Amino acid sequence: MQLIKDGAFIADPWTHVGDEDALPGAPDAGVIVSLERWQRESNELIASGRPLGVQLKSGQDPSEIARDLEKLALVGLEFPAYRNGRAYSYASLLRQRYGFKGEVRAVGNVLRDQFLYMIRCGFDALEVTDNITPAIYAEMIGEFTHSYQTAADDRPAVMSLRQRLAAKNAAD
Amino acid sequence: MYRYDEFDHQLVRERVKQFRGQVARRLSGEITEDEFKPLRLMNGVYLQLHAYMLRIAVPYGTLSSRQLRKLAELARKYDRGYGHFTTRQNLQLNWPALKDMPNLIEELATVEMHCIQTSGNCIRNVTSDHYAGAAEGEVEDPRIICEIIRQWSTFHPEFSYLPRKFKIAVSATEHDRAAIRVHDIGIRVLKNGLGETGYEVWIGGGLGRTPIIGKKVGDFIRREDLLSYLEAALRVYNMSGRRDNMYKSRIKILVHEIGEAEMKRRVEAEFEEIRKEGRLQLPDEEVERIRRYFAAPAFETLPDQSAELDAEMAKDEDFAHWVRQNTVKHKTPGYAIVNISLKPIGGTPGDISSEQMEAVADLAEKYAFSELRAAHEQNLTFAHVRKQDLRAVYDGLSAAGLATPNIGLISDQIACPGLDYCALANARSIPLAQEISERFADLKLQHDIGRLHINISGCINACGHHHVGHIGILGVDKKGIENYQITLGGAADEIASVGDIIGPGFTDDKIVDAIETIVMTYLDIRQEGEIFLDTYRRVGLQPFKDKLYATH
Amino acid sequence: MAQHMRKGARVQALTANRLQDGIVVYLTPDNRWSEKMQDADVADGKEEAAALLARGQAFLGSKDVVDVYLFEVEGDEHGGIRAMSVREAIRQAGPTVRPDLGKQAEGKV
Repeated sequence: MQLIKDGAFIADPWTHVGDEDALPGAPDAGVIVSLERWQRESNELIASGRPLGVQLKSGQDPSEIARDLEKLALVGLEFPAYRNGRAYSYASLLRQRYGFKGEVRAVGNVLRDQFLYMIRCGFDALEVTDNITPAIYAEMIGEFTHSYQTAADDRPAVMSLRQRLAAKNAAD
Repeated sequence: MYRYDEFDHQLVRERVKQFRGQVARRLSGEITEDEFKPLRLMNGVYLQLHAYMLRIAVPYGTLSSRQLRKLAELARKYDRGYGHFTTRQNLQLNWPALKDMPNLIEELATVEMHCIQTSGNCIRNVTSDHYAGAAEGEVEDPRIICEIIRQWSTFHPEFSYLPRKFKIAVSATEHDRAAIRVHDIGIRVLKNGLGETGYEVWIGGGLGRTPIIGKKVGDFIRREDLLSYLEAALRVYNMSGRRDNMYKSRIKILVHEIGEAEMKRRVEAEFEEIRKEGRLQLPDEEVERIRRYFAAPAFETLPDQSAELDAEMAKDEDFAHWVRQNTVKHKTPGYAIVNISLKPIGGTPGDISSEQMEAVADLAEKYAFSELRAAHEQNLTFAHVRKQDLRAVYDGLSAAGLATPNIGLISDQIACPGLDYCALANARSIPLAQEISERFADLKLQHDIGRLHINISGCINACGHHHVGHIGILGVDKKGIENYQITLGGAADEIASVGDIIGPGFTDDKIVDAIETIVMTYLDIRQEGEIFLDTYRRVGLQPFKDKLYATH
Repeated sequence: MAQHMRKGARVQALTANRLQDGIVVYLTPDNRWSEKMQDADVADGKEEAAALLARGQAFLGSKDVVDVYLFEVEGDEHGGIRAMSVREAIRQAGPTVRPDLGKQAEGKV
């Protein structure tokens, strides 16, 4: 497993911690816990002063942590199978509705042909299998120059580009 | 019609390049079939019984003659010289090889066509009224909003892995020819009291295993808000639709499980939030840009009656017959809408040869502003033909074997490819359609029977729309033997209804007799002015049941 | 596929579609894929069927074929085999409504 963050392959500074596991030794190490653990131990976790992340399973709507988001530096969203696209909506909501500025991480069955859709929906971190190379990532992200619709990323929709082009042509 | 600009061209070109890479990775063994299957499906490539099948998108059923000519050429070059028009206004090729697909879709792109999202759990090709732009009483051309939806839904990052496929249909007249009430989302263009154009939105209709008529969830969505509303509905579905059971994952099941009121509440709540964000507001400039593509052609000012036409009709009874049955009143005086039947007696519903495609393209160029439509009933339409040209069009169609005067009659059946081609089918559909059309080949008899829609599906997936046929036939598999169940009383128009199952099914040697018994029973008991559906709605199943299952 | 088979029948052959062009093929006794059903190896009984299926599935990771499965056959009057289900009979021959297309038109039986 490797991590792509903002397009760069980096060592993962975060630790996934199981529901029954002890927190890692280093007191400043960021931890990612399940929603259940978060709901059970949020006071203790916040008191620990560590960077905190919560990972949502498919079916756990981000509205469940909407009020906690300012305390979180990361939200992980699970793709139990690539066919299950709920997390695209979850990520979109985190960015567009709740204005979450922390890391939104794709976890689980994260396949190359979906990278672009994930980035467009607001994921900035992808946990990918070891066979993915920077070249593959660049190819997948660069396959389409334009997008017809707005999403959680900052790509303009084609209709805005058309308007700009029309305005430019009118000015020339 | 819509023409690609540089942005559209670039996107389709990039798609071809992407698929070329994916096919190469598969053919070299770099990726497995499990990994490749969803990729090929997103490009309309299925594996069927005998070979691969390619489903080519015909957005909202509109084609230029140039595109049809290209399809004829591709069918000849990469297939066996024919194609099949489907109930979703698309064209399917039955035999192309996987290794040829990249070149095939590259050639399609040269005429602004593609296979994007013709399969997979995404928003599929948007369908519409095949009389768009020509129908009387149309609020505006429904293809304007269809094209806007096509672009918005293409590679939508949030909605490309939905719980299941998602079909949208648009109609802009009171009489619904686009079957909007049996789609995941149906849109009716209408005007409010102030004369503003907006949209009525129906959600949760569909056929398949669980046929359900859609619910009207939006009464009047303003034009600038339509994409926000669609995004809201799709988001609710993407987040809440079931993913545990593929037979329960369409939006109709979600609406059924949470109820119409709760669905409306959720969609409206999400709609309000998205509207606040403002990012999906549809700019007038873009609507106007697209509207210009669908501007009416330069119609001549003509008297509504054509003396030439009247004279020809008086002279030739076959021609007169065809005019009465296959042409429809146009909104412009002196013009007619011409339907081209792809249902010759004994033929395969929806099939058309390359030669026939070329003949139709020729006629479209000479007489129909170089444009035509695919109808969901698996026929073709010339939307605008001068009445004085009908004779020439008829002669051209006759020469190509395309002038069967049976639109709306019993031999104008909808049939899926069935077990002759389809890997999902349980029974054959086409031979049944052929036998029924032969049994009722006599035109006098067909006219006496009047409007009667027989729809045939070869499996429960209902591609042949059997639930909404006046008479529906569903093929099932009974221990390796084909068996056919009959439903009566279905309709897909503005008074949509799901047909009722009449009783036990019939084997292939008994089913055509059974249909004949039903039709004869109707002829016996109908009242003045009734078509089959009227009679059925008046008397119900029983009289038909009594005749059909009477002990001999 | 189960719904296309009759209970009680035991003789089976193995089929797939060729990856390159999707054409229907059958596994032969010497582990080749033939377009002709008469070239197919047949398995009598459960154990032979499992062995035949295993031989076919060994190809699944390859770039030769997709959708490998067993189907039931019976002897025909010419000493060959024929498919028991309508589905497999149509797959073998071609569309019943287009006798000019498919293996039935190419002499591949």
